[in-house]
Amino acid sequence: MNQAEEKACPVIAKHIKVALVGQPNVGKSMLINSVSNAHLHVGNFSGVTVDKTEVLFDYKGYHFTVVDLPGTYAFTDYSIEERVTHNYLSGGGYDLIINVVDSTNLEKNLQLTSELMSMNKGIVIALNMSDEAKKEGIEIDAPYMSELLGIPCIKTSAVTKEGIENLLDAIVEVSAQERQESKLIFSEPVEEEIAKIVGYLQKHKHQASNSYRNIAINLLKGNKKTYARLHDDPIWTELQPILIDATKHIELHHDSDDIKEAFAEEYAAFNKGIITEVVKQTQTQEQKTITRQIDDILIHPFFGIPIFLFLMWGLFQLTFEIGSIPMDWMEAFFGWLGDTVGATIANEDIRSLIVDGVIAGVGAVVLFVPNIIILFIGIALLESTGYMSRVAFLLDGFFHKFGLHGQSFIPLVTGFGCSIPAYMSARILKNDRDRLLTLFIIGFMSCGAKLPVYVLFAGAFFSAEMAGNVLFAIYIGGAFLGLIAAKILKLTAFKGADEPFVMEMPKYRLPSVKLIWHTVATKTMMYLKKAGTFIAAASMLIWFLSNYPHNLELKEEFETKIELASTQEKKNELKNELAVLHLEQSYLGSIGKFSEPMFEPLGFDWRMSVALQTGLAAKEVVVSTLGVLYALGDEVDEESGSLVDAISKNISFASAVAFIVVIMIYLPCLAASIVFTREAGGIKYFFYLFTFTSIAAYSLAFVAYNIALLFS
Amino acid sequence: MKTLNDCEKNQKVRVVKLHAQKDLKQRLISFGIMKEAVLEVMEYAPAKSTIEVRVGKMSIALRAREAKLIEVESI
Repeated sequence: MNQAEEKACPVIAKHIKVALVGQPNVGKSMLINSVSNAHLHVGNFSGVTVDKTEVLFDYKGYHFTVVDLPGTYAFTDYSIEERVTHNYLSGGGYDLIINVVDSTNLEKNLQLTSELMSMNKGIVIALNMSDEAKKEGIEIDAPYMSELLGIPCIKTSAVTKEGIENLLDAIVEVSAQERQESKLIFSEPVEEEIAKIVGYLQKHKHQASNSYRNIAINLLKGNKKTYARLHDDPIWTELQPILIDATKHIELHHDSDDIKEAFAEEYAAFNKGIITEVVKQTQTQEQKTITRQIDDILIHPFFGIPIFLFLMWGLFQLTFEIGSIPMDWMEAFFGWLGDTVGATIANEDIRSLIVDGVIAGVGAVVLFVPNIIILFIGIALLESTGYMSRVAFLLDGFFHKFGLHGQSFIPLVTGFGCSIPAYMSARILKNDRDRLLTLFIIGFMSCGAKLPVYVLFAGAFFSAEMAGNVLFAIYIGGAFLGLIAAKILKLTAFKGADEPFVMEMPKYRLPSVKLIWHTVATKTMMYLKKAGTFIAAASMLIWFLSNYPHNLELKEEFETKIELASTQEKKNELKNELAVLHLEQSYLGSIGKFSEPMFEPLGFDWRMSVALQTGLAAKEVVVSTLGVLYALGDEVDEESGSLVDAISKNISFASAVAFIVVIMIYLPCLAASIVFTREAGGIKYFFYLFTFTSIAAYSLAFVAYNIALLFS
Repeated sequence: MKTLNDCEKNQKVRVVKLHAQKDLKQRLISFGIMKEAVLEVMEYAPAKSTIEVRVGKMSIALRAREAKLIEVESI
């Protein structure tokens, strides 16, 4: 990673490292996209801190490094994201702060700004979404605001790209000049106490890099770092009584026993003053806002939940209906590719490796890219429009009954796309028990990589019109199992108090095509990259295991038989038999045979057992394994059109149901398991997850198999 | 004591005191729910399990249990 950084930073450039801070939903990501339009280098931090993103670019001979920090309402360390941001800002490894604020809701945003003002770093405020503010009739006097706060305030709009250059110029300017003391003014009692402490520090000529005023404010606020620094100083013995008196005085003034509450009220009062001075609302907003009107329908006490279910159902229908259109073309393409490439390779073994191993395996996975793109777009839309938090609002009462949290909904829905970001987004849950519980349940939300398996089996056993419904039923069924599992876990392993539910419901926003495109493209590329590397390698391995060892005796025996056979039909039959016998004695066959007894109560043949085991590496490999195994077995059968036919011919309905149940529940892929282990906080949780999912998958599949047997 | 949970839909009230524990109190304050703040009840979720309130220009969702910890007075 350092190499990339060095490449992008010529030695001559002056460096400015900027921390990008703002409350959630202020358009931070959009802004950083417009600022660094060139997209020189966007990369994630390695290790635990993947949620900080660094963007590098050059402007007017300066080299900028912008660190995009997770959105935070205040420094309450309420969630892990807030802690990440707070720790980074307190660490001080940056030059200045860009504070992005929402111009349409300045008062709330300034609450964070006032906390940033005690950070002792240069700040530039980006009054973002200024175009929206204009539309709502909100006028902000930016120059006057800059003067009042002692901080440059620049109007920007990530959408119209207004003010981006001004913002960068302001950053350059602030980084060049001496740091100014911010003009945060408190109420009289607080100012009095600050003056007392400052006076004391002056008298003792205390050595510090921060201003005395800054130290005094931080001491009164109970800032742990400032305390730690002064604690070892001999003046502490005299300072402490002064502080105790001061705190009492301020608390009394605010009629509160909580100094933080008192300071929050101080900030609010200060901000109210600023707002009255600089903001003019020209239009009166008597009529209902658009958000209100939409919410009247979408979070309606009776219609809200049916509407949500309908939208989800529609998403899965689309995934299947539209996704299946390009599938035929792609299937034809990979068939053609296999034939064409195969024709150029003389060596039979190598040809088989390339055509039956790599092309068949990777092809089977790439086939599902359209489905995955649609699903990812759907989830990105849910997230970026603001609908996700409405759903959390509607469903919290329901989720709470199962011991989950309304906000668990967000990681759980993300889990339908990919478990990895889902595990990471579980960080919004503050309470460790709630977070762990959600982490254990995420696997029940079938991820995008499981989709190919479902599509394959739904297509094999149901008509095209039914397949979409079946798919929806599988997803919803998985989610319900997850809820039941949550309840069981909550009553046994995760007993304890619930986390409070307090959440912002942001304004509805039209989704930005660019941002959605970016998210979907990145995720799809990740999927394709996996198909090209990991899955290609796995396909080759499976091909090898399924082709070797060669059994010459068997081959010769059958070749004589084939030659002697009278009819073409008989010849094909024998060829088929040979292929199957050859597979059975291969390495893979041995593995499958070895584990077959274990899976026999579920009605799996050895090929399905193998596919499940390779699926532990990545769920996409399940389909490619089936592809390789059944393609080889049916190679000589001219009637076999595709894998779908092979599946419906070789697998009974009951076994297929059991197989789907296992796929739904058993351990997530290797990469997801690693992220899970990291997020849960220890390897022991991985073993819990393994035990839990294995037992659940096996027993439920057993039940499903026997029920399906009764019906078929 | 009247709490936020006792309010009607579309009713406007003023916060008198937060009876929440330290963490929750901080959380509420960071959303602008603090003494003197004016709240408007916007919507109740099914079974009144969750409440949407408006503080300034922001909408906040909270559970009935948390709403009971917010003492309010009618305006």
